[in-house]
Amino acid sequence: MIKLEPIVEVINVAMKYQSLNGEIHALKDISFSVDKGEFVSIVGPSGCGKSTLLSIISGLLAPTSGMVLIDGEKVTGTSKKVGYMLQKDHLFNWRTILGNVLLGLEIRGEVTPESREYALNLLRSYGLYEFKDKYPEQLSGGMRQRAALIRTLATKPEILLLDEAFSALDYQTRLAVSEDIYKIIKKEGKTAILVTHDISESISMADRVIVLTKRPATIKNIHKIEFSCNNRTPISCRDAPEFRHYFNRIWKELDIHVEN
Amino acid sequence: MLKIKKRSNNDISPEHREFLRAMKLRRAAVLVTQIIVLIGFFVLWEMAARYKLIDAFITSQPSRIVRSLTDLYRQGKLLMHIAITCYETVIGFLLGTAIGTIIAVILWWSEFLAKVTEPYLVVLNSLPKIALGPIFIVWIGAGPASIIAMALAISLVVTILEVLNGFLSVDRDKIKLVQTFGANRFQVLTKVVLPANLPTIINSLKINVGLSWVGVIVGEFLVSKAGLGYLIVYGGQVFQLDLVMTSVLILAVAAALMYQGVVLLEKVLVKRMSKS
Repeated sequence: MIKLEPIVEVINVAMKYQSLNGEIHALKDISFSVDKGEFVSIVGPSGCGKSTLLSIISGLLAPTSGMVLIDGEKVTGTSKKVGYMLQKDHLFNWRTILGNVLLGLEIRGEVTPESREYALNLLRSYGLYEFKDKYPEQLSGGMRQRAALIRTLATKPEILLLDEAFSALDYQTRLAVSEDIYKIIKKEGKTAILVTHDISESISMADRVIVLTKRPATIKNIHKIEFSCNNRTPISCRDAPEFRHYFNRIWKELDIHVEN
Repeated sequence: MLKIKKRSNNDISPEHREFLRAMKLRRAAVLVTQIIVLIGFFVLWEMAARYKLIDAFITSQPSRIVRSLTDLYRQGKLLMHIAITCYETVIGFLLGTAIGTIIAVILWWSEFLAKVTEPYLVVLNSLPKIALGPIFIVWIGAGPASIIAMALAISLVVTILEVLNGFLSVDRDKIKLVQTFGANRFQVLTKVVLPANLPTIINSLKINVGLSWVGVIVGEFLVSKAGLGYLIVYGGQVFQLDLVMTSVLILAVAAALMYQGVVLLEKVLVKRMSKS
């Protein structure tokens, strides 16, 4: 099912932030790889540098040391192979849904009749075609997040980076949207890396879960997630007996204490 | 309210219809009262002047204002004076907004420049710009150019500060989003920062209309040979209060109309953004 060739390789990545108040050691020696078509979640305590790691993979930030390879090539800036999804949908309220979906193509100067048709097809496949001339505020939170995903998919990335992509939504919407987005990502055959602080979310969506430690973050453990159920989706696998087992193990590894 | 209006009448409950009717009545009552106050003011003014309760030589009176208005009109000067002042004002606030926005873009682009200019902008902002009038007259000459410079001086710094502030408060994640698509700084500006700040820019246009009127009238006080400000100064000097009052009234109407024009422009341009 999964072709075992690494598409993303993170090699000894470390990151230090400089500020007037001193130095923040965010990441310390992180190495892992992600195979084509795989869905990997990264969990860690809040503020441990998960998002920093994603920014480095996307090429928005340069690591202090180490490097990231995508398809064997060293990342030096943003790559066309990578799509990024942020916590909020950030649809621009001055653009129609179609205008928003075409944003990435526009920035890359790639709006052609073909790419436009591709974007329209995505809207068609995922039930937003009739809303293409509407404005974001006329859509529900779930639909907006779906439009945001289509905006990313329109640029045909091979790898999707999801940066807490669901955490701005309320709980019910979040379950529905993560199910929705998961199915779309699988159907489009994309590789995905999801950063989240939600343990359930990370298990429910991923083939593997990478657990990070507190700052400076290192990899504590990598769990391969396998469920006995058929037709696994994020919601259905929450019923699987293994789910709780994974949850407990990751929870213990995160080692979160409420201190007074 | 808007959404309710769009709905067909039959799904409005009687209570809601009653509520809407009451709201409508209230709005009508406010409007009628406003009109009565306005008419009442002019009637009282006229009466007080006719029955010698006030000295119409000093206070003027509505009938005299109408007379001086028609006189001016017959002499063919009325429209000329109005046009000159309006022209100077429009140029003043358009230039103020445009140049202010351009400078704000430059300062947004270069954080270094923004830091360097910051104290100077603060000082210029608190300086009463009217003090610059004589300098403009010496440098540019006693004509419309000086008057426009005055209007510009009053609105420029406020615009720069206001618009730059808007630019800097754009959601960083929105900028990050376009950067993930590989946007350069120019694209960040045109795709995110400028469109997101259209309301800010229109708002400063609104403020600048008012400031430009101040600048233009002050400028006309100082130098001009024509325009409403000139009529006011001239009327005051020859103790012709009819002329002064007439000019002030025209000014009030013209300023209000121009402001409404910008509000209209705002509605057209920002319709999409304020709808949420």
